[in-house]
Amino acid sequence: MENMDLTVMWACIIGFAVFAYVVMDGFDLGIGILFPSLKVGAERDQAMNSIAPVWDGNETWLVLGGGGLMAMFPLAFSILLPATYPLMVAMLLGLVFRGVAFEFRWRDPRHRGFWDLAFTTGSLVAALCQGMTLGAILQGVRVEENMYAGNWLDWLTPFSVLTGVSVVVGYSLLGSTWLIWKTEGEAQEHARKMALSLGVATLVALVLVSIATPFLSIEYWQKWFALPHMLFTAPVPILVALSSVVFFRGIKSGSDRIPFFMALLLFFLGFVGLGISVLPYSVPPSVTIWDAAAPRESQKFLLVGTVFIVPIILTYSAWAYWVFRGKVSDEGYH
Amino acid sequence: MSSYFDPLLLARAQFAFTVSFHFIFPSFSIGLASYLAVLEALWLKTGRGVYANLFRYWLKVFAVVFGMGVVSGIVMSYQFGTNWSEFSRRAGPIVGPLMAYEVMTAFFLEAGFLGVMLFGANKVGKGLHFFATCMVAVGTLISATWIISVNSWMHTPVGYAINDQGQFIPSGSWWEIVFNPSFPYRLVHTVLASYLTTAFIVGAVGAWHLLRDRSNLGSQIMFSMAMWMAVLVTPLQIMVGDQHGLNTLEHQPIKVLAMEGHYHPSPEGAPLILFGLPDSENARIRHEVSIPYLGSLILKHDPFAPLPGLTEYPREDWPPVGVVFWSFRIMVGIGLAMLGVGVWSLIARYRDRLFDHVWLHRTVVLMGPSGLVAVIAGWVTTEVGRQPFTIYGLMRTAESSSPLDAPALAASLLAFVIVYFCVFGAGVYYIFRLWANVPQRKEELPSNTPQRSAGITPATSIKSNPSNRR
Repeated sequence: MENMDLTVMWACIIGFAVFAYVVMDGFDLGIGILFPSLKVGAERDQAMNSIAPVWDGNETWLVLGGGGLMAMFPLAFSILLPATYPLMVAMLLGLVFRGVAFEFRWRDPRHRGFWDLAFTTGSLVAALCQGMTLGAILQGVRVEENMYAGNWLDWLTPFSVLTGVSVVVGYSLLGSTWLIWKTEGEAQEHARKMALSLGVATLVALVLVSIATPFLSIEYWQKWFALPHMLFTAPVPILVALSSVVFFRGIKSGSDRIPFFMALLLFFLGFVGLGISVLPYSVPPSVTIWDAAAPRESQKFLLVGTVFIVPIILTYSAWAYWVFRGKVSDEGYH
Repeated sequence: MSSYFDPLLLARAQFAFTVSFHFIFPSFSIGLASYLAVLEALWLKTGRGVYANLFRYWLKVFAVVFGMGVVSGIVMSYQFGTNWSEFSRRAGPIVGPLMAYEVMTAFFLEAGFLGVMLFGANKVGKGLHFFATCMVAVGTLISATWIISVNSWMHTPVGYAINDQGQFIPSGSWWEIVFNPSFPYRLVHTVLASYLTTAFIVGAVGAWHLLRDRSNLGSQIMFSMAMWMAVLVTPLQIMVGDQHGLNTLEHQPIKVLAMEGHYHPSPEGAPLILFGLPDSENARIRHEVSIPYLGSLILKHDPFAPLPGLTEYPREDWPPVGVVFWSFRIMVGIGLAMLGVGVWSLIARYRDRLFDHVWLHRTVVLMGPSGLVAVIAGWVTTEVGRQPFTIYGLMRTAESSSPLDAPALAASLLAFVIVYFCVFGAGVYYIFRLWANVPQRKEELPSNTPQRSAGITPATSIKSNPSNRR
């Protein structure tokens, strides 16, 4: 019985790591996706400078999510990665291009256009692959004898394309609201305009995915629309509606921060919805979190450190954000 | 191994390629991070501008190297799942937590403080900035500690049991797993290798500039520091390597016999085979050049001690002898060359000719990449020497791979090769461009540098920049 508690706890911790990744690297990737629409020169430089000191730390949550999954749910890790193999490889290569662009575009003004393109393409590919991976997990993975048993393109369906595009749109929304917070003047006006239409697009995507998910399997349907489950699931769409209202009012009233935090809240609610759909499975439709869990000794050993270290990580990460607080200026740039 | 489209061979090639490429960057940046911490400490202590200039000079290089290390490292953490899913499933409960600890205690530390180290010089005080630099340096060392613990456990597995699903699970104390028998030797050997790698790169850049202008103070200090490192660390590294070899002989005798090229037992003392062509088909070394009794003297510290031979072990447990034999010789050869350069620099220093000995400078320039070559050769020796196992003696490489078809693996291998050569080729080119700059142009001190943009290029115009808060 105790084992169950540790497994649930670990599912929550890894969920937290993945969510931390999605919101933090989400706005980094979003800025990359929006890059072509930003004016060459000050506007692009400002956008890049607003995330240059923090993107590396943001991306590290992805390593923690992956590493944590391998450590605590080795069976899920060993099924999901081969199942989404092309997506994973493409995501990693996308992150390679995106990551080096931060440094290379400043080293080589003559080829800045090329590295800007690498920044955008890398961000777009990484976001799309992450969204499609989400769709692949939701629609279920074929497993036989503790191994992935499907083909290497099984993940490619209309549904996974929908989730892929949705994540791209959602990340763009996060990116644009981050820019509202960190820039001023014309750049901020531009970011506001983008955030307005991206907010609408994100809500449309949320609705479409929410409509499509229950059609994937009867189990999802029962979770969302049968009593007594519905009592737990009903607040989610209501809260989505409320935070959307606050979001649009924040855009209209010219607030610096409300749009960003409301976009985060939307993401959080979407994430809760996904959790409701997927749990208690780690790999739908056949492997639960308990099937995939590492032995108790491993769970305990890692938990001891995690409880101590993650708060420390959050503290100095927050400090790093605090050091670079305020608006990014483009003074002293060249 | 029948065709080039063997999935296992492709998976191994992909791992070898990505991990070799990846390790080039940390093996340089582990040493460079420590060097930067030393430079900044010297600057804070002495107040001499030259140290601040050198710090800024190498900080730019560090940013590029570190960035490439990060992006190629993320690929590694996911490769375990994509290409080696059976290994992940079965070994995850033991190696997974160690790698998760690496993320939590090292990667976040490096990433969290890197931003302040690179961009925060005029946003935080000198003390805090130095603290950030130290945290990045400590982070690189912590990272090395965990990942080498994982790797060492794969060579010398202890403290495990195997459950009914074939998974390795911890059976006693975690400290036994972390501090497994080969871990201390491998850790010290690797960190020293990283310091030497950095020393020879820094020394080569210093020497290159001395060849153009031997009065440049920045080049002189760089070169001098690098040569001290070479003098002090190379002999130490050779001793540690010897101890590591003895440890390997104890736990992985087959690997050492492959390294030494001993196919047949030598009951009355083994020779040291200097060169030759290993021929596993006929179990002999062709064109052998050897020194009698020296092999036993090195491995057993007794010239007449008996040594076993590969033929006493089942053939299916042999690693590819030729690769291990030669990569080991490359590593040792470079180590000896480094020792020679160190001694040479000491003589030049004693005669007061350290900064105008043209041939010494030319040699050190030539030796610039030697540390990287030695590091890769050393890893090839130990990893290929572990074959045909991923977890030595317990889990074969053939049982470790993912259920993937050859076309998927071939396509991804091709993608990795193309992207890595383009991206990291560009990165290396930018690093060389940075090195082309003469150190100690009139660079500003970190305390009053302009707020820098996302590169590390200081702005041409200095503006005192109160960060505009709201």
